Order: sequence, then C-alpha cells, then structure tokens
Amino acid sequence: MGAQKKGATARVAEDSEVVARHSLQAILLADSFTTKFHSIILERPRVLLPLVNIPMIDYTLAWLESAGVEEVFVFCCAHSKQVIDYLKFSVTTIEANDSISAGDALRLIYERQVIDGDFVLISGDTVSNMSLTQALEEHKEIRKRDANAIMTMVVQHSKPSPITQQSRLGTDELFMAINPDTKQLLYYEDKAEYSKGFISLDKTLIADNPSIVLHNDKQDCYIDICSEQVLSLFTDNFDYQHLRRHFVKGLLLDDIMGYKIFTHEIHSSYAARIDNFRSYDTISKDIIQRWTYPFVPDILCGSSAIKLERQGIYRASEVTLSRSAQVGSFTVIGQGTKIGNNTKISHSVIGEGCSIGSNVTIEGSYIWNDVTIEDGCRLSHAIVCDGVTMKLGAVLEPGVVLSFKVVVGEQFVVPAYSMVSLIQQPTQQDSDEELEYAENSSGTVEIPSDKLNGEIASDLSETQYGPTPELGTGGVGYIWSIFEGAHDEEWRHSVAPIPTDKLAKIMLDKDEDEELLTQDGNALVEELKSDSEDDDNEGSRDDYASFEKEVQATFLRAVHENVKVDHAVLEMNGLRLSYNIAAVDCAGAIFYSMMKLAVESLHSSARELHRNAVEVITTWQKLLKSFVHDIDEEILHLLYDKEILQEDAILRWADEKEGADESDKMFLKRSEKFIQWLREAEEEEED
Amino acid sequence: MPDTQALVNDFISKLKKRKIEGSQATAKQTAELLRSVISQTRVPYTNQAAALIQSVKAVGERLIAANPVELAVGNVVRRVLHIIREEDLSLTTAAMAGLNLSAVSDDEDDADRDNQPVLSAAAIAAASRSTLRPPSLQTLLEDVPDSAAIPHTSSSGGDSEGKSKSADKSSRSRKLKHDVIEAVNELIQDISTCHEQIAEQAVEHIHQNEVILTLGSSRTVLEFLCAAKEKKRSFRVFVSEGAPRYQGHLLAKELVTRGLQTTLITDSAVFAMISRVNMVIVGAHAVMANGGVIAPVGVNMVALAAQKHAVPFVVLAGSHKLCPLYPHHPEVLLNELRSPSELLDFGEFSDCLDFGSGIGAPLLHVVNPTFDYVQPKLVSLFITDTGGHNPSYIGEMYRLFVVSARGEGMNFKSEIMRTNCIAEGNFFGKLEDRKSRFL
Repeated sequence: MGAQKKGATARVAEDSEVVARHSLQAILLADSFTTKFHSIILERPRVLLPLVNIPMIDYTLAWLESAGVEEVFVFCCAHSKQVIDYLKFSVTTIEANDSISAGDALRLIYERQVIDGDFVLISGDTVSNMSLTQALEEHKEIRKRDANAIMTMVVQHSKPSPITQQSRLGTDELFMAINPDTKQLLYYEDKAEYSKGFISLDKTLIADNPSIVLHNDKQDCYIDICSEQVLSLFTDNFDYQHLRRHFVKGLLLDDIMGYKIFTHEIHSSYAARIDNFRSYDTISKDIIQRWTYPFVPDILCGSSAIKLERQGIYRASEVTLSRSAQVGSFTVIGQGTKIGNNTKISHSVIGEGCSIGSNVTIEGSYIWNDVTIEDGCRLSHAIVCDGVTMKLGAVLEPGVVLSFKVVVGEQFVVPAYSMVSLIQQPTQQDSDEELEYAENSSGTVEIPSDKLNGEIASDLSETQYGPTPELGTGGVGYIWSIFEGAHDEEWRHSVAPIPTDKLAKIMLDKDEDEELLTQDGNALVEELKSDSEDDDNEGSRDDYASFEKEVQATFLRAVHENVKVDHAVLEMNGLRLSYNIAAVDCAGAIFYSMMKLAVESLHSSARELHRNAVEVITTWQKLLKSFVHDIDEEILHLLYDKEILQEDAILRWADEKEGADESDKMFLKRSEKFIQWLREAEEEEED
Repeated sequence: MPDTQALVNDFISKLKKRKIEGSQATAKQTAELLRSVISQTRVPYTNQAAALIQSVKAVGERLIAANPVELAVGNVVRRVLHIIREEDLSLTTAAMAGLNLSAVSDDEDDADRDNQPVLSAAAIAAASRSTLRPPSLQTLLEDVPDSAAIPHTSSSGGDSEGKSKSADKSSRSRKLKHDVIEAVNELIQDISTCHEQIAEQAVEHIHQNEVILTLGSSRTVLEFLCAAKEKKRSFRVFVSEGAPRYQGHLLAKELVTRGLQTTLITDSAVFAMISRVNMVIVGAHAVMANGGVIAPVGVNMVALAAQKHAVPFVVLAGSHKLCPLYPHHPEVLLNELRSPSELLDFGEFSDCLDFGSGIGAPLLHVVNPTFDYVQPKLVSLFITDTGGHNPSYIGEMYRLFVVSARGEGMNFKSEIMRTNCIAEGNFFGKLEDRKSRFL
C-alpha cells in the first residue's frame, strides 16, 4: 500500500513537471484557404485586411498574447511575404506556398516537429477576448480521464436568425449534438439542407448516450485546443483538408480509433471568426460596441491615439472635420482623414488619410486607408479598399465591394452586390473550395498591381472609344460577374443588410416550410411511437389515397373510352403493382370508383340510381372479380367496415342469392361466416 | 538596458490590456518599473539629472499613453520626476554648502545640516537664488496640515519625515542616482503602506453604533472599516453591491469574515437606505486638482443621495491618487467604457445584434462606463495618508506645490505642465510650450 502511494505521488510529481515544462503553443493559420473575400485577397492576404482600422491578425495575436500563449507559429501561404513583412520577427513564421488547405498546413507543421504538447489552433481572422485558462484546464482534466479526447472546441451561445436560418455571422445554421454531462461533441453539421427540413442522427448516438442535446443555437468560434495527436491524425489521413468538414466530421464518424472531441462553452466573453463579408460587418459592429473589450480601437491602436467620444464615435487625434459635417453614432474615423461640408456619416468605419468631399453620404460602409471620395458621392453598406477614388457624384449601392485602387467614374452607379477590382476575374472556378489565391511567392503586390494598372490604363485607352467603360467615364477597374448559382445567395454574405423584399420572400417560403415541417414533425413523432409494423401503414396511407385517385381516373377513362374489361384489368393490375397495394385494397378502390360513377351519372330517383349502380356493376363485374377472386369474406367485411355497404344490403344480397345457381353461390359460401355473424348481431339487437 | 526595455514593454502591454486592477497596484508597479529604469540608465558625469529625467520621461510618456484612464501612472511618473529634481537640487545645494563651508569637515557638516537644515538652505538661497532647494512634495504634504491646524495625530507622518530628513542628511555623500533610488523606494513604501496610514485614522471618524454605507469594493475602505473594528468600535456597514461588476459582494464577504455586521443592498436601494446611514465612506479612482473625484460608477448617485439627507460623504484616497489635472471633460476624457458583456449575456441577446436583417444598424446599445465624476461640493472630507482634508484644500495643496516650484525657475513648472499635457492632449501641450517660451 505504501509503495502504491509512493508510486502515485511520484506520478503526480511527474505530471506536474510535464505541465510546468510545457509552454503553451499556438498555431495561427494566416490563410483561410477559401475564396470568400476573393476580389480583395488577390492583392492582400485576408489576415492583413483592416478590421476597424487594425489588421485582423493583430486582434488574434493580441488575444493569444493576453491569453498566456508563449509561442505562436504563424502559418503563411498566400502572400506569405506580406504577412512575414508585417509581423517582422515577433513570432515564428512557417512559410509554404504549395499548401492548399488547412490539412496541408497542419501536415507540414507536423513534419517540422515544432509542437510538443497541447496547442491552440486558430485562424488569423478570429477575434476573441475569452480567457483560455479555464478551457485549457478543462481540456487537461478530460485528457487525464480519457486519453482519446484529443480536441476541445470552443463554442458560444448565439441564436441563428429565425428567418434566414443563418447565424449573425452569415454562416449557415449549425447543428451540434452534445452530451450535456460530459460535453462531448457527438454530431456536427454546418451544411444541413433546409429543403429537407430535417437532419438525421445516427441511431447509435442515442443508443450509446444516456442523454443528448441537439443545439442549433451554438456558434462555432473556430478556436480549438488540440493535443499533438491531431497533427499526426492529419498526417495519417492525407485526405483531410478542411478542419471541420473533414477532420471533425471524420473523427465523429470514425468509431474505430475512438477519438473524442469535447466542447467548451463561453458565456460572457466574445469569440467569432470572420468568414465572409457579413461577418466582417457584424464583427466590426461588435468591436465598435466594445463586446471585444479590451481589444477595441481606442485601446488596441498603437501609434495614433483614437479617443472614444459620446455615442460611440471613435475619433483619431488629427482629423479635419468640417463644422457642418455630421458624424453619427458608432462611427470610427482614422488619423489624418479630412471630411468636407454637409457630409453625413453613420455606422461606418473610415480609415487613415482619407479625404472625403462635401455633401457625401456614407452609411454603414467600411472605407479603408487613403481613399478619395469626391463631392456628392453616396455610399451605403459598401466596402472600399485602400487607394480607391470615387469621382464626383458616384454612387455605391448596398453590398458593393471596391478592391484596391479602383476608380469609379463620375456619376456612375455601381450596381448592388458587385465586386470591382483592377484585376480581371479569374476565369477558372472549379469549386468554392479552393485556396486563397496564391498569386506567387514573391508577394510583391505593388509591382504587379502597378503593372496591371498600367495595362488597364492602356486597355482603357484602347477601348475608350468603345461604347462605355465598365465604371463610367474615367473609371478604372473590372466589375466581376457573379458566379452562377451564387447569384441568388449574394445577399446572404454581403455587408448590406438583407433587403426587405428578400426577407418577405423568405418569410413566405418559411411559412410553407413550417407546414411541411410540422407535418414531418408529426410523422416523425408517430414513427417514433409506432412499431415497425405500423410504420408501413403510416407510410402507405398517403400512397393509398393517391392510388385510389389513380384507380378512379383509370376507371373513368375505361368507361368513357369503352376500354375492354381485360385491358382495364391489366391496367389496374399494373397500377396495383406499382403502388404495391394488396388486391383487397385494389378491389375496394375499384368498387368505390364504380359506386361513385353510379352516383355521379344522371339520376332523378332512388330507383334510377339503383339501376345505374346495377348497370355499372354488371358491366364491370369482371374487373371487380379479377381482384376479389381469392377473397372470401374479407372484401365484404372491408366494404362493411368502410360503410360502403349497409348491413341490410348485405343480408338482402345473401337472401337474393339464396336461390341462385352454384357459380353465384360461391361468393355466398365464402362469406357465410360473416353473414352468419351479421345475422346473429342483428338478432341480438332485436332482443 | 534591453532588459528594462523588455520590462517596460511588458508593463505597457499589461496596462493596455487592462490586466492590472486597482490604482494602488498600478502605482506601485509603475514606481518599481521607474526605479529599475533609473538604475539601468547610464549617467554621464555632467548633467546627471537631465539624463535621468530624460529616460524617465521617455518611459513615462509611453506608460501614460498605454492607459490614459489610469491616472495613478501619471501621478507616479510626476512624483518620480520631482524626486529626481529635488535630489539634484539638494546635491547642488550641498555642494554649494561644501564650497561655502569648506573649512568644516564632512562629519561636522552633516551634524550641522541635521540640526538646522532650513537655516542652511536659507543661507544658500541668499547666496544663490537660482539653485534654491524647494520644499519637497513630501514635506509639503506633511508640514502643511500642521500649519493649517487640521487635527490629526498621525505618528507615521512624523516617522517618515524623520526618514526623509535622514535621507536628506546623507544625500550629500552619495551619488545622485543612489539618492533618487532611495527616494523612489520610499515612494514605493509610501504607496504600499498608504492603507495602513489611512486606516489608522479610522477610529477618529467612525463612532460607536454608527451605520456606514459604502459602494462596490475598495481595499482602502475594507482596511479602514476593519481598523475601526479592531479598536473595539461596534458599528454596522451597508454595502451597495456595485453593479455591473458586483464587487460589493466580495467586500461584504470579506467584512463578514472579519466579524463586521454587514447588510448588502442593491445600488437602486441606496436612496431608500440613506436616511438610516450616519456616514458614507467610499474609495476613489483618482482625486482631481479641483477636489472632484473619479470613482467607480454609481458613487455619484450615492453622493447625491447623501447630500439630500445631509449625510457626510467621505472619500478615502492614498496620496498616489491625487492628480494635478483638472477634469475638463470627465465623462469623455477620464472615463472608460468596458465590455457590455458585464451587463448582459451575449448569447441571450445575440438575436438583437443580428445586423443581417433590419436596417443594418444596431438597435440595442449597451453602455458600460467604469467611472463616475463626483463634484467637489458633494464631498465632505478626503482622508489621505497624510490626514483629513476638505475638498477645496486638495486644490490648494497642488497650487502650493506648483507655486513653490515656480520659485526656482520655470524649468520645473513647465516640466510638470508638459507631463500633464501628455494626458491633456496636444492642444494644451502646444499652448504650454508657447507660454513657457514667453516666460
């Protein structure tokens, strides 16, 4: 016992030693491996795009530093040179230009063997102010219990919009199944199909876990605390590319290795990743509203002092603001910017060194550095990159993105949701999954873009005599055509709020969907309740209704077109087989059709109706018989049950047939029992 | 040198990320940092003071810029600058004295100065006006209360005075840098013991069976109340919880563990409870030159309630919280808006912050200011480590400080002003530069 104790303490000491020795590391992917900001990231890497006038990566690095991460490996791919130049020597950078996915990046990092323990995996466009200590402790705690727990994923409570099934950040609604006791992640689906209206979970999930909670109100923060096995897993599974779609889903499905993923939910702190223009807009606004405190402009801004004034206006110390200019609430104005008379600005971010003329209206837009906006321009919900010039009276409609150094001509109206760039749109688009455009390893964008500029200028001078340049008189740049398919979805990921007509449309669609959903929901509930036997009935009930209709239509056609009975029988049989319906039911349907025909055909009295019925039945009895040949009393019972036949009618029929010939009596014999029962029942009633 | 640079950067990043809580900790760490800066600075043989001032100023400006809201940083930087000048002057004075009394041996000189320091200073002042030794801030703070006849019996005041005198006495035989470091050590000592010095006065202010109201949590207030408790005073404390950070909860817990009768109330109940209260005691973030107080949010409301019911409103502040700035724009310049997540849960309100639908602008604004500004007329008494002062006197103290500095030339004054200007903004800085050129 003593020895055991000793051993235990020794191990604890070892553990603590290991913990003490290991300094916290982080891998920062300075490449998103997507094309979400396509028109802009051709020229500048996504992580260096300014978010409220500060490059995105600064938020991430500042957070990592404050969270106690001691060593950061920045993985650069596209425009690696720019990233490395920006970061100087403050962190270790890993450069690779041939990586096309997060999976490649992690495989490369594994080869370098720089990671020796738990690490934080984060993308360079993540903004957070959460405290890592608790998440780390949780991760270690779980690891101690279960060596297969290789990753802790940070999630945040955030409701998706009920209308668009979209999160605040413009990503699709995310479904996660989490075990509420252990916080283990069991299911992850970010590409659920809404048209179907349901998601399917593996049965074993429910069988294996005592309780399971399915969330659609969680936001994936894309901050993961990983064990080093994660890297080796990526190396083992060389087809893993995407962190979530391949890696997480792959692990969840793979039950051979038994690796587990856990979640850590943050409540009061903030974490979000910029994935598209919508999230760029949302996160900018969150920053301005100080949810990311202390990573807010007035604190984070290093060189130029920005001060927060009333109504959430952030103003740098040297701003030339006309007396008549109106700066509305939640606006950021950068150092050295000049703003002219009667200009109205609201809910916008304006970068450094911009010059904005008179009578300009700027609303909900993001204007980066050194932008010139001449008098009378109107901008709403647009992103305007560095060095853009907007000439007199140019207008940007909602959702426009102007890339670097574009010139918009006088009075030109840039249509909504268009992307404008100096670089022509790359023609080849195989999927929406390719990498951030890795132009070349040199990364010296200035020269190529200048060159391009020149080319474009010459192009323009050549085409100047053509009908109209793409961006009005004196405009420079190409308007990118929107890819097919993406066209309808453009508004989803744009900076502009969703237009009201779209919202109304979605609402309408949704109402319909809801009906469907409730139906499906009921069906689901019933299905769950009922046994497998009932299941078939449930499923076939709808089928039967449509079958009945079909039968009716076929029958009527047969009557009107004087189709031969044999042919009608063949047709009915075909129908019966295709719907997989029992002969009894088929007979029922035919009988129903026959009666209907009799009722619907002209008649003035009951007698006439009776004659009609007799006529129909006699004409088509062969058809009916062909389906009831192997039926004895069942059909009668069925008809009786369905109240097609009255009790009296059956009995009368039995009486009628009493004296009939043998062949006719066959039916009677078969249904003897039933008739017997009916008679007895009648007698009882009489008593 | 690179070592200090790393320290400075580290401290700046901590300040920036608001990792250091409380002005006392900030003040102490700033002083310690400046001490190491001073000790690492290579001083030339001539003009030692200028070199030190330059390096301290360079670091100080960066520190103040890192967190302009934390006024204690600026206060400490100014104090350290003052210490350097003071020590420099005292050394020069001593050198002068040495010249004048060259016949006297070192030991005798020391003894002489020990006995009659003021006299010798006056004699030298007569000889050379330009190098007059000014009264130090320390002596100002400690001497004036006696002359102003404000009753206080602080034994420690006498002690530190004795210490500073002994420091003065030996200053001549040591090098400037060493002296400065000694004086900064003293400053650090003062900052770290300011709680005790304030708490010593507790028993004079808190009487038997009184009800004391406080808001939020302040270590100074905690020590103050506990000191009164230790002196066998029995009284009750109302703690207002101090939303949104609810530090009042922590204070209440701490008070209970120390055996005080405590009642916890919500902030909104302050007005209802104030009529039962005999005295309000709160801590401060900073005390401005006009006697106005920058204090945790909610204190202004308490002060107004106290005024309405004529309840004495007492502010406790260590001398490192005294700031020579005027609150021109307290709401904007001297406040900080913290994260809205302290008020409400992000997840619950995430649908209100969805900019995808609607007008694309947030309809929900959450404002979470850290500080309140309390006008000087609402404050009945300040208790600092040097005794109790009334609000108008706080300004007086600084006027005295500035006026006394004016005596020996403009350099020093403009120095203070210029350091002030770091926080005041460029406009005033330029104005001041022009003024000093004029003068």
